[in-house]
Amino acid sequence: MPEDGAGTAAVPLLRMERISKSFPGVQALRDVDLELRAGEVVALLGENGAGKSTLIKILGGAHLPDAGRILIDGVEAGIASPADAQRAGVAVIYQEFNLVPSLSARENIFLGQERTTAGVIHQLDEHRRARELFDRLGVAIDPETPCRRLSIAQQQIVEIAKALSLDARIIVMDEPSATLTPQEVDRLFEIVGELRSHGMGIIYISHRLDEIFKIADRVCVLRDGEHVGTAAAADVTRERLIEMMVGRKLEDEFPARKVSPGVTRLVVRGLRRGKAVRDVSFAVRGGEVVAITGLVGAGRTELVRLIFGADARDGGTIQLDGKTLDIRSPRDAIRAGICLLTEDRKLEGLVLGQSVRENFGLPNLSWLSRLGIVSQTRERRELERFVESLRIKIPHVEQPVANLSGGNQQKVVLAKWLARQCEVVIFDEPTRGIDVGAKFEIYTLINELAAAGKAIVLISSELPEVLGMADRVLVMHDGRITGEIADVESATQEAIMHLAIG
Amino acid sequence: MELKLRNRLSRFFEDYGMVFVLLLLCAFFSVMTYTEQHPTGAAAGEQLAGEIAARRGNGARVVILAGQTSVDEEFVRALASNLEAGGATVVRTVTGGPPEMRRALEEVAASGQGVDVIACDESTSRYSFLRERDSKLPGLAGVELAIPATYAWPDFLKAANLRAVANRIAVIAIIAIGMTFVIITGGIDLSVGSLIALSAVVATLLIREVGGAVDASTIAMIICSLAAILGCALMGAFSGLMVTAFRVPAFIATLAMMLIASGLAYRLSNSQSIYQIPESYRWLGTEFVFGVPNPVILMLILYGVAHFLMTRTTFGRYVYAVGGNREAARLSGVPVKPILLSCYTVCGGLAGVGGIIRASELKSGEPTYGLMTELEVIAAVVVGGTSLSGGEGKIFGTLIGALVIGVMRNGLNLTNVESNTQKVVLGLVIVAAVLLDNLKRRK
Repeated sequence: MPEDGAGTAAVPLLRMERISKSFPGVQALRDVDLELRAGEVVALLGENGAGKSTLIKILGGAHLPDAGRILIDGVEAGIASPADAQRAGVAVIYQEFNLVPSLSARENIFLGQERTTAGVIHQLDEHRRARELFDRLGVAIDPETPCRRLSIAQQQIVEIAKALSLDARIIVMDEPSATLTPQEVDRLFEIVGELRSHGMGIIYISHRLDEIFKIADRVCVLRDGEHVGTAAAADVTRERLIEMMVGRKLEDEFPARKVSPGVTRLVVRGLRRGKAVRDVSFAVRGGEVVAITGLVGAGRTELVRLIFGADARDGGTIQLDGKTLDIRSPRDAIRAGICLLTEDRKLEGLVLGQSVRENFGLPNLSWLSRLGIVSQTRERRELERFVESLRIKIPHVEQPVANLSGGNQQKVVLAKWLARQCEVVIFDEPTRGIDVGAKFEIYTLINELAAAGKAIVLISSELPEVLGMADRVLVMHDGRITGEIADVESATQEAIMHLAIG
Repeated sequence: MELKLRNRLSRFFEDYGMVFVLLLLCAFFSVMTYTEQHPTGAAAGEQLAGEIAARRGNGARVVILAGQTSVDEEFVRALASNLEAGGATVVRTVTGGPPEMRRALEEVAASGQGVDVIACDESTSRYSFLRERDSKLPGLAGVELAIPATYAWPDFLKAANLRAVANRIAVIAIIAIGMTFVIITGGIDLSVGSLIALSAVVATLLIREVGGAVDASTIAMIICSLAAILGCALMGAFSGLMVTAFRVPAFIATLAMMLIASGLAYRLSNSQSIYQIPESYRWLGTEFVFGVPNPVILMLILYGVAHFLMTRTTFGRYVYAVGGNREAARLSGVPVKPILLSCYTVCGGLAGVGGIIRASELKSGEPTYGLMTELEVIAAVVVGGTSLSGGEGKIFGTLIGALVIGVMRNGLNLTNVESNTQKVVLGLVIVAAVLLDNLKRRK
């Protein structure tokens, strides 16, 4: 498709062809194509989990694709490691920067490619060169400042300078604006414009649609690991983009249930913590499933961690059944009857080295033991009940949880909290990385809990899940609840997306 | 059923693979030290009386020679009473060194009393005046020299040696219990060596100053010792507080405590030995019950309790969980900080117990006790299969680790390996143990 425009050559700078990648249990990418020309900014769009990160990790050499090829200047690049990517002129600036906090900006820029003679670093030479790079980017950063003393925006500039010092021609930015102030974002855009005018190709990932219209030449949308389409930014509307991102038919993937919310049980007022959670209030009734949604970084997980006592709150009150709770630790919350099924099973939900039984027992020992002595018989009996009812597939209960599949691990987490019989159950992305069958079982279970009169809070980024499961939806943006949808039946994913983008 | 047994066996080997290393070491040193044994003491006396009676019949006239140790005394007593019961005559019994023996034998020879047999143990029989008695003691030429019959047995496997091995590791093994707790939580405690010294000094100092010195009563000694142990537990708790409340790395917090405790021990004792305590204070460190040294009995009891704690109680489960994944444990309602605090407290308290045993063994308290012991304790824990990254480890693994180190040291001594070489070998053993453990884990 011939298109006119400055710097556009017949052979594109980068072509990713029919890239596929699967992880155990998940097809992350299927036959995805991406094209980037010199002097162009392509925005990569998609919901959380659509496959954007996987795609750029493949480009950066962090993952190997199962199929497909990468062409740079029309020649197969053979990127098999981050070093290969570097050599091919690709620089990826990840959301969590690859900087050593204790080293100076200069040392970070030249890390791994120090200018030396016989092993001795030419510090002055490096200093001069770092200065030049910062000048070119139009910023005043002292190259000798340790990176930990630089602001997020400045660290980002250091990353960009590092990319330039490597003579990168393709720069990938993963959510570069997520943590910047509006002024810093403007500055970033100037820099991106500058790079573009020098004939570089830039892949820009962001959730903020307004930014994309400001900066991108073309937009490439992914959904569920597939390439939905690419369009010139000037030719599409905001509405069309949202439709492309979420436009998935609601299938019958959610079990039906009767809604009969009872009296108000959980009441949260004025909850705050730093910039992550700012003055959040809401209530959940017995038998009600309240979904909290929003983009990554909107403060959803942070909010429920405050309710659970996992982080200290700066202010706010938590009430259960009319009683104000003094929650200072997860232990307090659990005693009061609140439990949280964390988003990250491996880091926060399970002790991987321990057996299924030991993990199951952890929050339940207080009632499985007498005088501090654990009754293993009772523990095993209780666990076996759940193994059966949740259909956890394990050879025996002494199996280390590290060896289980994601779905079974999640079921072990479920079992340990169900056994605790909490009154408020908070699910944080309960179906992430889980196959469809297991998802349905988990949905059924959530409905059963609600039917038993519990108050359920469900955090999810998957809009179909939110619409399919919730009685009420709260949308968060930037640490606040920016919208509430009480009539879920007639709500659309587009409506939620509008609220989430803020 | 059979499958279950096989499962259990394979799990046992996985958990306690070091047992085989230990058995192998024992077998190796048994072979290396297999040698002729010369009986001593009462058993040797009885046996020798029997042999003399068998060869000479009734009425043999015997001179008994022996040294002056308690073992020699038992030998003489058993030999004399058995000989006389068998109808023989003990002409004379000589206890002392070679000059006395020789003078006495000359007197016996000069007195003209008939002598058929000179009875003594193997080491005495090597004196030159006895070996060359035909020329050096002409008056007793032709008299038979009787010594207890020898037998072949490894030095290593002698009861006295095994007892010594167990006794020597008791202190290290007891402290290693606490160290295992701490290391399973992902920490480390470098202060235990210094706490041994502090405990010994505080206990003996209290006995001397307030307990009544050499006339202290048993109750007073017990109270003073418990006070010292409590003090060490508090020092451990202080380290634990630094680690939990102020997030000081365990390495640093306990390194500081190592200096503090050692300095205090020197200050309190004025750098001198405190020995003005009753003789009966030795009971704990040097006496036996049913032939087993008291420290070993204490060690076994403590291991039993610790094993129960770690495998059957809420506390043990929480310790493993905190070490395995602190955040997951916290989010499951585990009281992470109290658990950590109690591990360091227990470790300090057990170091205190170790100090009391040392003070009792040596009947004195000195600030130099326990020097570098922390390293041996950590080595025992690591050789026993506890991972320094936390979350994994077995209490009895640690006991086996301590035994491996004790057996190594003892065996190398018995086979006359020089002490600097011993260090090299021991270092290599520790590295090998950890490599083995890594291999197992990778599988």
